Amino acid sequence: MRLHIRQGRVIDPANGMDAHADVCIAEGVIVSVGAVPESFVAEKVLDASGMLVLPGLVDLSARVGPSDDASGAALAGGVTSLVQPPQTLLNDAREPQAKVYSLGALTVDLKGQALTEMVKLSQAGCVGFSQGNTPVQDTAVLLRAMQYAKSFDFAVWLRPQDAWLSRGGVVAKGAYASRLGLTGIPVEAETIALQTLLSLQRSTEVRMHLCRLSSAEAINMVRAAKKEGRPITCDVAANQVHLTDIDIGYYDSHFRLDPPLRGQRDRDAIRFGLLDGTIDAVCSDHTPLTELEKNLSFVDAVPGAMGVELLLSLTLKWAQEERVPLRNALKLVTYAPGQVLGQSAGWSVFPGRLTVGAPADVCVVDPEEYWLVCRENIVTASQCTPFLGRELPGRVVATVLRGDLVWERSR
Amino acid sequence: MRNPQLNPRGALTHLLTTEGVSRIILTRILDATELFFSPTESEIKKIPLLQGKKVLSLVDQDIAAQAPAVMRGFERATHSLSAEWCGIQTLPSTSKSFLASLDADIVVLRTQDSGAPYLIAQHVGPHVHIINAGDGSHADPTRALMDMYTIRRVKKDFAHLTVVLVGAVLHSRQARSCIHALTTLCVAEVRVVAPLTLLPEGLAQLGVRAFTDLALGLQNADVVIMLDHESGETDHTYIPSVQEYVKCYGLIEEKLADAPDDCLVLGGQAQRVEQETTGFAVRMAVMSLVVGVSA
Repeated sequence: MRLHIRQGRVIDPANGMDAHADVCIAEGVIVSVGAVPESFVAEKVLDASGMLVLPGLVDLSARVGPSDDASGAALAGGVTSLVQPPQTLLNDAREPQAKVYSLGALTVDLKGQALTEMVKLSQAGCVGFSQGNTPVQDTAVLLRAMQYAKSFDFAVWLRPQDAWLSRGGVVAKGAYASRLGLTGIPVEAETIALQTLLSLQRSTEVRMHLCRLSSAEAINMVRAAKKEGRPITCDVAANQVHLTDIDIGYYDSHFRLDPPLRGQRDRDAIRFGLLDGTIDAVCSDHTPLTELEKNLSFVDAVPGAMGVELLLSLTLKWAQEERVPLRNALKLVTYAPGQVLGQSAGWSVFPGRLTVGAPADVCVVDPEEYWLVCRENIVTASQCTPFLGRELPGRVVATVLRGDLVWERSR
Repeated sequence: MRNPQLNPRGALTHLLTTEGVSRIILTRILDATELFFSPTESEIKKIPLLQGKKVLSLVDQDIAAQAPAVMRGFERATHSLSAEWCGIQTLPSTSKSFLASLDADIVVLRTQDSGAPYLIAQHVGPHVHIINAGDGSHADPTRALMDMYTIRRVKKDFAHLTVVLVGAVLHSRQARSCIHALTTLCVAEVRVVAPLTLLPEGLAQLGVRAFTDLALGLQNADVVIMLDHESGETDHTYIPSVQEYVKCYGLIEEKLADAPDDCLVLGGQAQRVEQETTGFAVRMAVMSLVVGVSA
């Protein structure tokens, strides 16, 4: 389709652009950003005046369930590329789909005992190797897995979590957990595991992406490691940018998340880490759960929340609250995660940018619209999110994938 | 966020924890307990305060075996208030439809899950009142009210008191409920004594001073509450052995040398009988207050 997106405020963090411009798309690629080429004849013109025109969002962690059209939900949230952790089932290929990239399992069945056939998995399309939420307990296995991955220049995507200290825990350890009488997961569960990962990374020099950090201490450790110029990147989940353990209130199981919500100090450190560049990306950690899985007592409820449709709004909300220029804020959900993904997969062109000649993945956003998170306003079947019933800023009005206008909000 | 224990008028409609229950309401419960209390069981008369009301007990599958003992006090209180005791059921699920269909005026709940009573209180019909008879490590409000009643009966007033809780605070619902009740009732100082493995984080935020040395913790104590034994005390990653634990944190009488002579010690064998009659009166008081009638 030859598409002309007219007079939007084009923000492309990859090249620092923030200006009113026209974007022309033909045959799946961006042909111009700025003036319309004289020879360009559009089949469809999208009036974007008053709107933001952004690169399609890149979400570094979203689970696509078999019963859930998360990929469709992703497009509704402006996400055009998403990475799913190992052992999540792909849904039946309903069109249109966001680009879904899979992480391969680092060890067989994520048991932390035997290495997987990483070369074969990579050839099958895996963009990196991960353990999901199941840590490798045996550090000898972890070391060999990193050495093996490094041999073929694969990246490992790991979440620092000590299996023993986090055992049985359902919330962050601290005053609020004590008050609720719930078993807490101490910060050390994250920092001890992170120290192990950082030490093994130093000796193997493997490219490592640290997933969903939750504590101030962990962010300080990553900041120090990155200063040494090591190939380390990290992300945080959007929920952690906004919420703390106090928000759990009276045992609201929508706030049962993994990693757990920590204290105000940790949230402030996460926000500072986003500002100073220690944290590369914000992901949705989309986990669509049913009412049956969530409407249980806090202890029994399955951890996680839907979120792919909230990623953009939660990023904009943070930008508003911290007075961060949009270009810098949006980098965290476009260009920066695109770089993490591209480097991990060994691509030459990274997603999340509006460069002439690049694949045309674009989203158009109404920045002025506030919308209520409720059944009527979301595509995901699951409504289990801590933000249910809250109003969020910024609404995606159209999403372009590989040059096709695949999603448009009826106005 | 409204306290789920209170109705829009601020009156107690469920008793889930002592946290967030005002001093006025706590005092009202203790006053009602006073009316129902009699030192010997035989003197307790049947009164028609809850005539026509149904009381049901719900417990977790895994604690069903201990349920009759736990619920005995509630069952007898039900009979004394002339209400109908519908027996003990195991909680099949927390599905909304099951909870909405519960046909009882008072549901007495005992569960292993901290916080489960909140979920249940959220989904039962508006005429159902929930009384938490213990949820995991979170709360055991009637147990704490028994202690508060005994303290008030012996000491007359809560002001100026130093109250010390000894035992596995980490796993103790009794401890949490006592702490909230004591701070609300404005005692001068609340202390807890246990090894660090059995002390939760954030005690200072609860208004509590923590001690690992029993003798130090007991200095100038007016009241000592020996906490009921919880599972953590038999797990050898928390304490090496019961013998060593008793040596360091038990044998309270010998270690009370530095406490005033009239120091009140709650818990342990000596008070078993008195505890039963107090517990009985507290349950009658709570049941009548959540339904909204008073003697």
